[in-house]
Amino acid sequence: MKKVLMSFAIGAAVVMTAGAASAQTTLEQVKKRGTLQCGSNTGLAGFGVPDAQGNWSGLDVDYCRAMAAAIFNDPTKVKFVPLSSKDRFTALQSGEVDVLVRNTTWTMSRDTSLGLEFGPVNYYDGQGFMVRKKLKIASAMELSGASVCTQQGTTTELNLADFFRANKLKYEVVTFATSDETIKAYDAGRCDAFTTDASGLYSERLRLTAPDDHIVLPEIISKEPLGPATRHGDNQWFDLVKWTHYVMLTAEELGVTKANADEMAKTSTNPDVKRLLGTEGNFGEAIGLTKDFGIQIIKHVGNYGESFERNVGAGSRLKVARGVNALWTKGGLQYAPPIR
Amino acid sequence: MTSSASSKAYVQNIPAQVLPPPASMVGVVGWLRTNLFSSPANIALTVVAALVAWWLIPGFVKFLITDAVWTGSDREACLAKGGVLPGACWAFVKDRWTFMIYGFFPVEGYWRVNLFFLLGAIGLTWMLWLNAPRRDLGLIFFLVILPLTVYGLLSGNNPVGFLTYPMDLLAGKNVAMAGIFSVLLFLVGVFVGRIRNTSGKTSLVYGVIGLVGLTAFGFVFAKLWAGFGLSQVDTAKWGGLMVTLVVAGVGIVASLPLGILLALGRRSKLPVVKFFAVMFIEFVRGVPLITVLFMANTMLPLFMPDGANVDKLLRALVGIGLFASAYMAEVVRAGLQALPKGQYEGAMAMGLGYWQMMRLIILPQALKVTIPNIVNTYIGLFKDTSLLLIVGIFDFLKAIETARIDPQWAAPTTSPTGYAFAAIVYFMFCYGMASYARMTERRLSVADKR
Repeated sequence: MKKVLMSFAIGAAVVMTAGAASAQTTLEQVKKRGTLQCGSNTGLAGFGVPDAQGNWSGLDVDYCRAMAAAIFNDPTKVKFVPLSSKDRFTALQSGEVDVLVRNTTWTMSRDTSLGLEFGPVNYYDGQGFMVRKKLKIASAMELSGASVCTQQGTTTELNLADFFRANKLKYEVVTFATSDETIKAYDAGRCDAFTTDASGLYSERLRLTAPDDHIVLPEIISKEPLGPATRHGDNQWFDLVKWTHYVMLTAEELGVTKANADEMAKTSTNPDVKRLLGTEGNFGEAIGLTKDFGIQIIKHVGNYGESFERNVGAGSRLKVARGVNALWTKGGLQYAPPIR
Repeated sequence: MTSSASSKAYVQNIPAQVLPPPASMVGVVGWLRTNLFSSPANIALTVVAALVAWWLIPGFVKFLITDAVWTGSDREACLAKGGVLPGACWAFVKDRWTFMIYGFFPVEGYWRVNLFFLLGAIGLTWMLWLNAPRRDLGLIFFLVILPLTVYGLLSGNNPVGFLTYPMDLLAGKNVAMAGIFSVLLFLVGVFVGRIRNTSGKTSLVYGVIGLVGLTAFGFVFAKLWAGFGLSQVDTAKWGGLMVTLVVAGVGIVASLPLGILLALGRRSKLPVVKFFAVMFIEFVRGVPLITVLFMANTMLPLFMPDGANVDKLLRALVGIGLFASAYMAEVVRAGLQALPKGQYEGAMAMGLGYWQMMRLIILPQALKVTIPNIVNTYIGLFKDTSLLLIVGIFDFLKAIETARIDPQWAAPTTSPTGYAFAAIVYFMFCYGMASYARMTERRLSVADKR
């Protein structure tokens, strides 16, 4: 009897604490815990890699740091939870992480059937091709009869088949189990072209014997919009995730950078800048933050352009072109709704 | 006598001088003859082996040593020069070794990890080196003090914080936990009493002393610990070789006793014990480790209420520990079955009880014959820790794989170098285990050499 009572007591205690936890919004939980738990990649060049001391850096990492800066005014208050592609959604659903920023492709089935919300796209990726310069090919349309190296069992393989069939081109696909083997085979001349997501092409190119002898073709044959995901049902949190990205975009659009943010806040007379940096209006409170959350993000992490260049663009070793990830004013797709 | 000897001059009357064996049978030549060129088949095999070695070894040496790049600050150092690829990029390992060893552990806390390595080495030597003084204390150090110290050292949490739980009873909070721990501490007291041959009321006194004494110790220790001011390090920040050693160590230490109990359970005549032992072993053995880890990581959080979050590393540790013990149980059972029935009957005829029989007669012999298999399981377990990456824990191998992704070091030879380094380190540990086991086997088999 005593045993039964005891187990009942333990069960009740667990249920009660659980009830208390789920009654809180995600933001309240994060504030109470003192750190943001961010589901991250286990290592992807440009998006999240640890240095020799284990400090993460990358485009997705910056997104998490920007959120931490918005909430705590301290970009270091993030706990990165590295997740494999298999357990990333469960970790989010079970509440192990507050937000998932892990180069996750936003698709309809994921958006509608997993109980998730997908936020703004922080990187428009897509499948591309890399070929040797000496082939003198300028477009993927000229790849007829080519052999293409790719990794087995990925959507990459399916996209490849679709592309060649749709364009009535002949091709020979050569698949390998791991990305290491694939790039090695391409380097050894086993195939004419190598295909994977464009961001991956740039990082794989660095591993070739002579990277400068290879070019990435301009065609992108699939849509891979990568963005953060949150749980259904906490709209305030979802808004916070969205506006973190929009603040970084708006800052780039208005020329506010990490270096000049403080000065702009003092001197700027542009109402857009004032609203962005919180010197006018009170937009932060609507998402449960302070009104100066915008300047906190920019001061600690920088605007989107800075983050992009630092991690994947010209300032990094990957040298990915801005392309579709440029601001809408420069012919890209990155567009933030106005802050007002 | 003298005349007959001198008349037949061809009969030698003094012993002939012992000649050394022919030059072709001793020294290097002799060794070569007996070991490498003793028959046409052996000559052929030797030639083939020499050719294979001649074909492989220069390549290895060239890649790993002579052509290798030893210094450099980024990938430029390891790129092809004039179209020729250099060998292994050791500069990459040199730059990133801290991540491979310590993972995400805060830099200012590296000394804690180093101390853990040192304490582990001391504990191992004390327990394994036959001439070490007080090896009984060494065992207690290794099994009780070392794990607690390491836990406290690495996590920064008070390792004996649970000792103060009974005090919550007085405050009337956390009644369930406090109650459970009070009973446990009481039982520890009773157990110590039993060892000292107490019974009845004296046992109860020991129990009370155990409860009060340990709680008081826990209280004082907690104050001291707080004064020590070790910063807390979340297990999510553990990584690299450190986490590999922690997990392998826990698995190795936990699997043998659990495995022995399971093996005895499986051979038990008590139907319930036997049923549960068989069920456990067969169920755990019937699924791959990767599934166990995946269950522990992905499914468990879904069943548990929000907020009740069991540490990720702990989940993996429990998974690996249980998995290894199921395998160990079958290894030990093989040893138990290898013993002739006479051993059991002889022990019983001596009037020994079940546990005495097992402890004094059966297990020493059974474990001795299974040493190769036990070590085999240990080595397998050590290498299985690389599956931890499935649950997002950066073990040694995963740390290397992650380090090589960094564009700063992306070069054609980075990956092979990382894997070569992993192979060397894994080999050192596994070969160490195997060597010690061989030594133990030789020592214990003295009785069999007649």
